[in-house]
Amino acid sequence: MKKVTTLTKTNRLPYFSLYFLWIGLFVIAPVALIVYQSFFGIDHSLTLNNYRTYLSSSVYLRMTFNSFWFAFLITALTLAISYPTAYFLTKLEHRQLWILLIILPTWINLLLKAYAFIGIFSQSGSVNNFLTFIGVGPQQLLFTNTSFILVAAYIQIPFMILPIYNSLVDIDPAIINASHDLGANNFQTLWRVIFPMSINGVRSGVQAVFIPSLSLFMITRLIGGNKVITLGTAIEEHFMTTMNWGMGSTIGVVLIIIMFITMALTAGGRKGKAKS
Amino acid sequence: MAKTETILELQHVYKYFDDFTALDDINFTLDQGKFYSFLGPSGSGKTTILRTVSGLILADKGKVLFDGQDITNLPAEKRKVNTVFQNYALFPHLNVFDNVAFGLRLKKMAKSEIDDRVVAVLKVIQMDGYENRMISELSGGQQQRVAIARAIVNEPRLLLLDESLSALDQKLRQQMQYELRSLQQRLGITFLFVTHDQEEALAMSDEILVMNDGKIQQSGTPVDIYDEPINHFVANFIGASNIVPGVMVRDYEVAFVGKTFECADAGMRPNEKVEVVLRPEDIDVTTPEQGKLVVNVDSQLFRGDHFEINSHDEDGNQWLIYATNSIEDKDKVGLSFTPNALHVMRFNEDEADFDARLSQYEEGDNAD
Repeated sequence: MKKVTTLTKTNRLPYFSLYFLWIGLFVIAPVALIVYQSFFGIDHSLTLNNYRTYLSSSVYLRMTFNSFWFAFLITALTLAISYPTAYFLTKLEHRQLWILLIILPTWINLLLKAYAFIGIFSQSGSVNNFLTFIGVGPQQLLFTNTSFILVAAYIQIPFMILPIYNSLVDIDPAIINASHDLGANNFQTLWRVIFPMSINGVRSGVQAVFIPSLSLFMITRLIGGNKVITLGTAIEEHFMTTMNWGMGSTIGVVLIIIMFITMALTAGGRKGKAKS
Repeated sequence: MAKTETILELQHVYKYFDDFTALDDINFTLDQGKFYSFLGPSGSGKTTILRTVSGLILADKGKVLFDGQDITNLPAEKRKVNTVFQNYALFPHLNVFDNVAFGLRLKKMAKSEIDDRVVAVLKVIQMDGYENRMISELSGGQQQRVAIARAIVNEPRLLLLDESLSALDQKLRQQMQYELRSLQQRLGITFLFVTHDQEEALAMSDEILVMNDGKIQQSGTPVDIYDEPINHFVANFIGASNIVPGVMVRDYEVAFVGKTFECADAGMRPNEKVEVVLRPEDIDVTTPEQGKLVVNVDSQLFRGDHFEINSHDEDGNQWLIYATNSIEDKDKVGLSFTPNALHVMRFNEDEADFDARLSQYEEGDNAD
C-alpha cells in the first residue's frame, strides 16, 4: 500500500528538471546571449549605439518594413490557399493519406527545395519551357518578388493547413446540421458557423507562418536574388560577412520583440472561457 | 375536413445506406397540433425518419408531403421545420441571444423584431436574463431550453426533437417531460419526438409510432399500444411483459401451460398457435388453491413502490409479477388474473389486419 504515490511537488522535480534544463540551455541562454551581445559595438565596447543606429537609420527601418510587408503577403497567400484546402480535406474519404502527402514536403530539407525551384523557375526550366510552348516566350521568373513570395508560401503551407484542418475536424457535424436546419445555406454556414469556429486554427496558422516569414534569409537569397533585404538577411550578413555581431544581435532582439507583439495580437479574446 | 389538418405525410419512403435498408416502406400522417413519438431501439430507423423529414437526408424512394406540398427533394434550409438536436448542437462561439437569433437573422428580419421575438421566447422557456451568457456557462438543462428556444423562435409548424432529453439526468428529464408537453399544448405546434425511452414516449405523446428494423411496427395512443401490442417485439419493448406460447382454442378461449383460460380476444383460426401477453402488474398473488396458475418463486426484489417477484411455472415459463405485498416463506404461490388482462398476439400479423380484427370483435363485444 505504501508504494502508491501521487505526483507531489517534491517527486515531480526530477521530471521537471529535465524540462527546465532544456529550456534554460536552448531557449533562455541563447536569448540572453543575443541581448548581451546587442550592447557591444564592433570594437567590443559596451554601448547603446547599435540600438541608436537601428532606430535612426532609414536602411534598417526600410528593412523592417520590407520584412513586415513580405511576411504579410506570404501569410495572406498561404492562408488564402490553405483554408479552402483544409476545408476540402475534411470532406475527403482517405483524409489521413492526404494529410500525410501535405506533411511529406516538410521532411525535405529547405535548401533542397529551394534548389529545386531554381531549376523549375530558371531560364531553361520547366515553367519557361511551357511558356515558350504556348507562345508566351521565356520570362524572368527567378530573382523576382513574385517567385520569392510563391516559394515562401509553398514552404509555409503545411504549417497553415494542419492547425486549420485540426480545428475544422473538431467541429461537431451536428452543429453544421443545426445551421442548415435553421435555414442557412452552405455559404452562410461557412461564414457564420464554420469560419468563426475554426478561428483558433487560423490564429495558430498565422503565428506559425508570419513569425518565421519575418526572418527568412535562405529563400530571399536563392529565389529572391537578394533584391529584398529582410531582417533575416541582415542578421545573416552581420554575423557571417561584416562580423558585426552586436548589430546582428540588435536586429535579433528587435525580431524577438516583434514576435511577442504578433503573438499577443493573434492570441485574441476568447470570450466565455474566462469563467469556466 | 380531416385532410386540412394533416401537416406531414410520408408515402412509401425507403432509405438505403449501402446494403442496409434503414427505412423500409414507411407510411404515416401527422395531424396539426399533436405530440407524436417515434419509439424504438437504436438502429431501428427512427432518427433516419426524423432526418428525412428535416431534410438532412433525402429519401431514396417515396414521397414526403408537408402541408400538402411535395418536399421530398427540398434541402433542409428551405423546409419550414426545425429540430432540437440530441446533444443540442448549440453554437459554442455565440452567446444565448445570438444562438436563438441565428435563424431570424438569416431571414433578414428587422433588428427590433428579432430583439422582441428572442426576448419573448426566452421568457417562454424561463431563460430571460441569460441573453449574454456563453453556451459553455450553461447547465445541461439550460442548454436544452436554449436549443428548444432556438428552434421554436422560427415558429415552425412542425418541431422535431431528436432524443432531446437523453443527455439529462433522471429528475431533470422528468421535469422537462412536463415542460415539453405543456409547451407543445400552449404553442399548438406539432411535435415529433424521437426516443428510445418508452416511459418518456408513454408520458408525453398523443400518439406513439413503434419502430424496429426500419419499419413502423405499430402506431396508436400510448394506452392502445401498452394494452394491445401487435407482436412480441412491441410487447417486450414497451413495458415489462410475460410472453408465453399458447393456442387459441376458439374465440375468447386461449390455452397455455396445459390449461384453458377465458380471454377478451377473438377473430383467429381455431387451434392457431399464438403468443399470450400478461403484464406483471395485472397479476395478483393468491394461494396455490385459488390461483389460476401455480408458480415456484425464484427471487424477490424490493423496488420501492412494488415488489418484483421472479418465478417459473411447471412448463419452465418465466413469470414476472409486480406485487404490492411481499411473499413470505412461500415456495409456491397461485396467480390470478382477469380475462381482460390476457392479450393474445398472432404471429406475423400486420398492422392493418390487426386493427381490422380488433375493431371487428370489439363491435361484436358491444352487440353481445
